[in-house]
Amino acid sequence: MYEYDRYDQAMVDARVEDFRDQTRRRIAGELTEDQFKPLRLKNGLYLQLHAYMLRVAIPYGTFNSRQMRKLADIARKYDRGYGHFTTRQNIQYNWIKLEEAPDLLAELATVEMHAIQTSGESIRNISADQYAGAAADEICDPRPWAELLRQATTFHPEFSYLPRKFKIAVISSKEDRAALRWHDCALRIVRNEAGEEGFEVYAGGGMGRTPFIAYKIRDFLPSGQIFSYLQAILRVWNMHARRDNIHKQRMKILVHDLGEEEFRRQVEEQFEHFLTLGTDFPQAEYDRIAAFFAPPPFETGLSDDIDLSDPDFALWVDRQVIAHKAPGYAIANISLKPVGGIPGDISAEQMERVADLAERYSFDEIRATHAQNLVLPHVRKADLYAVWQALDAAGLADANLDLVTDIIACPGLDYCSLANARSIPIAQKIAQRFADAERQRDIGELKIKISGCINACGHHHAGQIGILGVDRKGTENYQLLLGGSGAEDTSQAKITGPGFDEEGIVDAVERTIERYRELRTDGERFLDTYRRVGMDPFKEAIYG
Amino acid sequence: MRLLTGNDLKSGAVIWWTGRDWSLHVEDAADVGEAGEAILQAEEGARRVNTPYIIDGTPTPGGPRPAHIKDRIRALGPTVRPDLTLKPADPAAGDWVI
Amino acid sequence: MAEAALRFRNDDPVEEPAVTLDAFIEQTSASAVRIEAGDDPRRLIPHLGRVKLVEVGFPRFRDGRGFSTARVLREAGYDGEIRAEGDILVDLIFFMRRCGFDSFAPQAPLGRADVDAALSRYDYVYQHAADGAVPIWKLRHG
Repeated sequence: MYEYDRYDQAMVDARVEDFRDQTRRRIAGELTEDQFKPLRLKNGLYLQLHAYMLRVAIPYGTFNSRQMRKLADIARKYDRGYGHFTTRQNIQYNWIKLEEAPDLLAELATVEMHAIQTSGESIRNISADQYAGAAADEICDPRPWAELLRQATTFHPEFSYLPRKFKIAVISSKEDRAALRWHDCALRIVRNEAGEEGFEVYAGGGMGRTPFIAYKIRDFLPSGQIFSYLQAILRVWNMHARRDNIHKQRMKILVHDLGEEEFRRQVEEQFEHFLTLGTDFPQAEYDRIAAFFAPPPFETGLSDDIDLSDPDFALWVDRQVIAHKAPGYAIANISLKPVGGIPGDISAEQMERVADLAERYSFDEIRATHAQNLVLPHVRKADLYAVWQALDAAGLADANLDLVTDIIACPGLDYCSLANARSIPIAQKIAQRFADAERQRDIGELKIKISGCINACGHHHAGQIGILGVDRKGTENYQLLLGGSGAEDTSQAKITGPGFDEEGIVDAVERTIERYRELRTDGERFLDTYRRVGMDPFKEAIYG
Repeated sequence: MRLLTGNDLKSGAVIWWTGRDWSLHVEDAADVGEAGEAILQAEEGARRVNTPYIIDGTPTPGGPRPAHIKDRIRALGPTVRPDLTLKPADPAAGDWVI
Repeated sequence: MAEAALRFRNDDPVEEPAVTLDAFIEQTSASAVRIEAGDDPRRLIPHLGRVKLVEVGFPRFRDGRGFSTARVLREAGYDGEIRAEGDILVDLIFFMRRCGFDSFAPQAPLGRADVDAALSRYDYVYQHAADGAVPIWKLRHG
């Protein structure tokens, strides 16, 4: 994986001192909260319900054991012994003190980590396929491009005070594991007929209160021109977006208002201009970065056999293990969704166990997924049993990937100052209702996604079953949505009807799932059945 | 009753105006009546509190109860981590929030 | 026209009042123009020959439209003064300099020491901009 050179390190170190100075000025009263807030947000520091919250970037979801151990140290030293993996492959801490934040950032910088542009109206941490470099179905590893774009968009002077946040994702396979078209700008690496690598470009996606699925605005962009093209998109948006209503300033609104054709025309016009400026990074820099992502030294001649005589292990392998591109290796998913637990939460001790496993069994690599789970991307099949045993001992061996208990949930009103309702208790109650492992397997793939407010951090628009918490006259109320997808068959979930209270929403989910079991044909996932039969049979089951 | 609350500027901890000072415990919160806005301005200016605001509450035998669930969660802590709330030894503390 | 409290140019400041973009395009004798957030700076490009000062308004410091305005003008070859006027925090100055601003008329005064610290904090930059700073990738590859 990528390693900082002295330039990268100098940038991160300078930002620590920059933030230290900004924090000092805030505490000394030289900055008002109105002035400080955008500055701290550009460094991932929120004020939440109980404390400050710090979001740490995990660029394209890739990190190593040394970094994970540092995250554990920080959890103990500056927080309350745990962290929370987010829906954009980052980690956040819930109990941070403003006066300690600069020291925390200085510690992060020692392991080549930072919180730069993890919040605020900036170009956010770039997400990517969590199986990058390991997936059997990828054209190439998308991470060198993600890293190149990380650098290109860090402290970009023209785009540091954007109308709103801007999220980029990069993948290189047909299967979409990164919720590509829900991003402001989405890139899929493809090859043209001449065999050249380029990007299929999508723009104008996003969740929030006005969800849009990104439009494809380019079939093929030569990969070396990506920075020109990205700057063209950003300039069109920065110059023309509304600035009078924060809810109308995301790029998706501009794309929608201008129309796909006009937006594309303006981007192409700016793109021609940017190409003349010579701002694109040269091939030599791409090559330098790509060298860090060369495949690890996979052993050859390994067996593909796995001894599945232990039935619990066999169930885990069946659910959590994915095909790897190298013979004899596998991708192992680590569930952060134990029944009754908090989706995405992980204790400092568990972080250290995962770090140990990565170091010993996965070429020192860990991945964070947008579904708030972790991945050991390169495990020898012969080592899977040992990995599973260690995970089991650490409480990390749940076998529920993409099943009904593998729920995405935002922190909700238990932590978040924007939330209208709690998300985590709903996730816990649904998971408890469907705790029976056999029942989960019988239901099959079913992605439930829960947000505690319309900002949609819990991706409810993309949930096969989505749940949105709202405030109804001071009490928590939950709306049910069906039919969303964040995969390659992207779709936006539709609301079923009137909302429910906390118990009612769990019952409504169960009635929905039971109706699916009655209606499904062989091999049909929930989403397939919903798409075939539509909303009505489910409404009937839910509302009688 | 009217309560004045916010987060401590340096630590971020939830704090309540007691009439003289700030407390971590909502039980200590005083009714600020019509004086809330003036205290808020002064305390924010003195940089003791971040993002202060005034809320409605009800006096109860156990102390003031904020009218909105968000402020009751702020007063207690995350309901999903009773061990990290201000009342870790009280298993029923979460019921107060609902 | 706001007087520049901070100026990074050696020529004499333009004394003429800045007129609106519409007025500037019509009044062929004007040499100072004010571009508000929301104006399209590309409309000025055919007239750059007679521009001596562009004042760019920042109504709120979070409104970053003016950053693009400065770059569009620099990319079109304009080398006269570009002044940022309005709600300007010291934390913006580094980015503004990189976008091509070379004078500043902030509503609230900025401390010179704070400005110097902000401008000297980052030794490197990752990307090309209007300031001629050499991007890190170029340092890496010579």
